[in-house]
Amino acid sequence: MVSVKEKPPLIVDGKRIDGRRPDELRPIRIELGVLKNADGSALVEYGNTKVLAAVYGPREVLPKHIAMTDRAVIRCRYRMLSFSAEERKSPAPSRREIELSKVIREALEPAVMTELYPRTTIDIFIEVLNADGGTRTAGVTAAALALADAGIPMRDLVAGVAVGKVDGVLVLDINEIEDMYGEADMPVAAMPGLNKITLLQLNGVLTPEEFRQALSMALMGIRKIYELQKEALRKKYASTTEE
Amino acid sequence: MSITPEQPIVPRIKYNAIRSVLMKGYHIDKRPLTEYRPIEIRVGVVPNAEGSALARIGNTQVLAGVKLELGSPYPDTPNEGVLIVNAEFLPAASPTFEPGPPDENAIELARVIDRSLREPRVIALDKLAIIPGKKVWVVWLDIYVMDHDGNLLDASMLAAMAALASTKIPKYEVVDPASGEIRVDKKTRVEPLPVNRFVATVTVNKICDFLVIDPTLEEELVASARLAISVSEDGFIVGMQKMGMGFFTEDEVKKSIDLALDRAKLLIDSIKKAVSAQQ
Repeated sequence: MVSVKEKPPLIVDGKRIDGRRPDELRPIRIELGVLKNADGSALVEYGNTKVLAAVYGPREVLPKHIAMTDRAVIRCRYRMLSFSAEERKSPAPSRREIELSKVIREALEPAVMTELYPRTTIDIFIEVLNADGGTRTAGVTAAALALADAGIPMRDLVAGVAVGKVDGVLVLDINEIEDMYGEADMPVAAMPGLNKITLLQLNGVLTPEEFRQALSMALMGIRKIYELQKEALRKKYASTTEE
Repeated sequence: MSITPEQPIVPRIKYNAIRSVLMKGYHIDKRPLTEYRPIEIRVGVVPNAEGSALARIGNTQVLAGVKLELGSPYPDTPNEGVLIVNAEFLPAASPTFEPGPPDENAIELARVIDRSLREPRVIALDKLAIIPGKKVWVVWLDIYVMDHDGNLLDASMLAAMAALASTKIPKYEVVDPASGEIRVDKKTRVEPLPVNRFVATVTVNKICDFLVIDPTLEEELVASARLAISVSEDGFIVGMQKMGMGFFTEDEVKKSIDLALDRAKLLIDSIKKAVSAQQ
């Protein structure tokens, strides 16, 4: 049985429950090409949130009738492994996973140059290995890297992060406890080089002024993650081009 | 798996026609870009439901109904009632809707409405516990899209909010608190469902770089992205969802918020008017 847990204090002496400052990201780790078979893959960690993304394509579409004559279709599945959260998650697709698959696909659509590959599909699989808040945004970050790793032309990378409001304070990159007991959770993803916001959700209550601050805090975090994405790609591919 | 939807074929001549009208600051039906079509809300249209409302925005029609059932609370909120929101796009509503279980669009709509009601505590769930930890009211809010002429989310929220605000709780008495036995007289409805505050959802559509409110279906089909913003009557932003394959700039998001804060007042007024007309 689930026991009713007391809400812990989320901000103590200006520091968060895991010791971070309000505008501080968790340690971020990126690993590219972690899968042999996939055309592109990436493992992204935001603290204890660990998400794997794999990309196949552009490849033949099956069933054929979903193919488009002027562009590639993108198929995207976000999924949480059954043991990734505190409670076991049934492997059947939940309504949440169905919604997030759509939201993530729509976050990536503006970036991928699908018009170059008509009548094909680009398949994106996002598997949450361990969930500690911010899995959809880590998923977007990982998927963009996997797309780049697969050599698929993109207008820009996409990076994501969630801003939350806990004990009245806006905080960057919220973890599970802050999400559970906080007042708001706002996942954002963007193409930082082009200043385009491609994912924006708000689950919670904010004043218009808090929202504006939260949005600029998210975009600040996204730009930092963007630099880490580029660094990871350079590390893997820059040496190859110098040969 | 979420798949890029089939793009509707919009003839270039139609696209250009829509764009040239928008450039002049009007919808194709001659309204200003941020004006709603005529809104009509009728509550109590389904007598067997504990609460119901039919909302129309222009030709778009959405029917929402509330059924109350006795049930167990969630383990983490033993002293609160339960709210469950579902949405279905009826095949009667559009030639493009197929019968079958809700697709990703219907699921997304239901979940956006669910969050926009849950987070600002629109319903006082804490007042819906009958025997704390054992028996509570389960509020089933079901939304059916009846006719699709664009802007389903705003219309769905109007119907949902009006249905909830006009819901009456049936008469009941606790027979035995120990066993949790409760006698409910479904025919006699007494007190209203406790509502803390009203909310409305305003969806801002980006069509050829214009920010447009309440598009018709024809206009909506050429929108590159949509941003649904839920606003409470006391001026808080209580939910948001970007939808569609395009993007918004930071500036466009800020403008959309201002638009939504302003337009929500009108929507909340029409809900309140409809609910008080019934009483």
